Amino acid sequence: MKKLMLGNEAVARGLYEAGVKLVSSYPGTPSTEITEFAAKYDEIYCEWAPNEKVATEVAFGASLRGVRSACAMKHVGLNVAADPLFTLSYTGVNGGMVIFVADDPAMHSSQNEQDSRHYAIAAKVPMLEPSDSAEAKDFVKLAFDISEEFDTPVIIRMCTRIAHSQSAVELCDRVERELPAYEKNPQKYIMAPANAIRRHPFVEERTKKLAQYGETSSVNRVEYGSAEKGIICAGTCYQYVKEVFGDSASVLKLGLVNPLPADIIKDFASKVDKLYVIEELDGIIEAHLNSLGIPCVGKEMFSPMGEYNQTTIREAFGMAQPEYTTADTAVPVRPPVMCAGCPHRGLFYTLSKHKITCLGDIGCYTLGSAPPLTALDSTLCMGASVSGLHGFNKAGGKETEGRTVCVIGDSTFMHSGVTGLINIAYNASNSTVIILDNSITGMTGHQQNPTTGKNIKGEPALAVNLEELCRSVGIERVRVVDPYDLKQCEEAVLEELAVEAPSVIISRRPCMLLKYVKAKPPVKVNNDKCVGCRQCMKLGCPAISFKDKKAKIDFTQCVGCDVCTQLCRVGAIEKGER
Amino acid sequence: MIVGVGGQGSLLASKLLGKLLTQEGYDVKVSEVHGMSQRGGSVVTYVRYGDKVYSPVISKGEADFIVSFEKIEAARYADTLKKDGKIIVNSQMIDPMPVITGAAQYPENVLEELKSKGVFVDEIDALSLAQQAGNAKSVNIVLMGRLAKYLHIDYDKWIEAIKVSVKPQFIDVNLKAFELGYRS
Repeated sequence: MKKLMLGNEAVARGLYEAGVKLVSSYPGTPSTEITEFAAKYDEIYCEWAPNEKVATEVAFGASLRGVRSACAMKHVGLNVAADPLFTLSYTGVNGGMVIFVADDPAMHSSQNEQDSRHYAIAAKVPMLEPSDSAEAKDFVKLAFDISEEFDTPVIIRMCTRIAHSQSAVELCDRVERELPAYEKNPQKYIMAPANAIRRHPFVEERTKKLAQYGETSSVNRVEYGSAEKGIICAGTCYQYVKEVFGDSASVLKLGLVNPLPADIIKDFASKVDKLYVIEELDGIIEAHLNSLGIPCVGKEMFSPMGEYNQTTIREAFGMAQPEYTTADTAVPVRPPVMCAGCPHRGLFYTLSKHKITCLGDIGCYTLGSAPPLTALDSTLCMGASVSGLHGFNKAGGKETEGRTVCVIGDSTFMHSGVTGLINIAYNASNSTVIILDNSITGMTGHQQNPTTGKNIKGEPALAVNLEELCRSVGIERVRVVDPYDLKQCEEAVLEELAVEAPSVIISRRPCMLLKYVKAKPPVKVNNDKCVGCRQCMKLGCPAISFKDKKAKIDFTQCVGCDVCTQLCRVGAIEKGER
Repeated sequence: MIVGVGGQGSLLASKLLGKLLTQEGYDVKVSEVHGMSQRGGSVVTYVRYGDKVYSPVISKGEADFIVSFEKIEAARYADTLKKDGKIIVNSQMIDPMPVITGAAQYPENVLEELKSKGVFVDEIDALSLAQQAGNAKSVNIVLMGRLAKYLHIDYDKWIEAIKVSVKPQFIDVNLKAFELGYRS
């Protein structure tokens, strides 16, 4: 049976068919749906771990016990999981283990554009890169075979256009695997120096064997067309190349992108007039060709930034572009915004009003940096707001302590914020940490986390009590506010900044988009009362616009949060009807 | 190519179209935008079909149709439309944040400009039609109804595809929305 499947859904299907028994992940666009779809199969135990390092170690534990396991993360998540990855390369696996990493060229939803292939090279583990959904599923099964045959974790590199594109997939049955008896093997799994020294030569030998495997396996293939141009590519670039050139170029499509083969590249190079390498982000295949002494054209024609497409390739080769018409009138940009009724807005308004310096973190609340709120001063990586605030205050002393805070979401705090808070308590900085607790992992599309009281399947689970957690690490001043109540927010922020002690403010209200959150009737503007002062416009609420010198509220968007009502000095915003 | 504002329901439209075209025996690729990260932002979905489709994305001058859920989003991506392509656009206007903050003007006449340059633009009030059908959220199906007018796929096959794509309690509303989009 053929089915149109998202790349991530096809990966989950591959996990099912490969007999995988455990998947542990932390959400991150564009990798999230792998684990969400895997959780729909009862045969696979799935979970959201607090972060990618934990997830990878959970998968390692399952592999050690002898079952096939996996974890999925976005490219920056692999930075967090790099610690277990590098030594997993030495231990190898018992049950097959596959790590999915989803790169995000063009940064549709990311803070950088890093190329995860560097990790495969640095950690000396094989990496496969599929070019559509069908191949994604096939490569999952192949990856487990490679993992077990070569005794190595395998990385599968996805990217936004593979993860989030649908194409046809042929479904097969699941192959169940028996749980083997557990055998202790300290020389292989205790990576103390004496053992690790013996494992390193194994890793080097394994890389050679894998390179040899790549020479003969159908995972790398040549499609001969015209010999005038030879193009080496992998993943989504293969699709763009075929779309533009069809058979008018010869293509070497690489499926195993680490280690890279030498012989088939040399052979391919000898059969074409001019050789090109087309790869998004860094020139890794090109560097390999350079090391082999094979002349090729790569990054001198193509940018190391952003995504490619048919236009990029046609432009690079000086080919004719299809005609099109555009308007001369400028169309204003439409950046993503915090939703109408977003619980983060009230708190950001308070910070913005008092011109408070605010170190931000990764989540929907990063949108608080946009005008008109412009409430943030920095966004680095998961958890960096809390640790960064400590450093900022240690450096600035009294001058900054009373006017600087940080904001971090509930899920991000669980991921890596709590360690920063421990540091604030232990190394005693007078810092004010604000946890924006919207009871969900919002930005990635509503995943449960250790504070929400539900597991990945929506079943009841233990909920971490944030107040107790903060107190237990040594923060005595912990208070909870409702971000819809501007007065409460203002009092809390000003008081905690004034006090000479570390403190935590938990701004608590569930995300407006959660199904169980019921919207109140939309509010409306009384035109007779509105004086056009634009005070309500300072909130940056997408439901409020300004027409003919009066504020106007879009009833289709407004959820009646009443934050704007509290700002109106003339009482022009009135309760409406449903 | 389906464009709109994050949260308007373009994902369901592309899912419906993808399913229908697959049933018709085409090779189909659909490239989507996911997560909450695009809420309120400009979103783009590509649907490509044919005997063999390689790229999941549509590049400049390649789209046969742009279905736009919002007035100026159609103009934003006009460079993707083929020379003889068609724009189907919902006349609903949603102010982007630069307009809300007063940093930019909403270009109300941009579609007129495109028409004057010879671009085919079919503008319909999909929001009103959706409300008429019984649910403002069925804008996506109203617009699919309009697209169906120009595509070569049987009307009945659309109806069947809608029935299996939406939740049972919304079938009637969506069938009405489709009909209104198709006939209006």
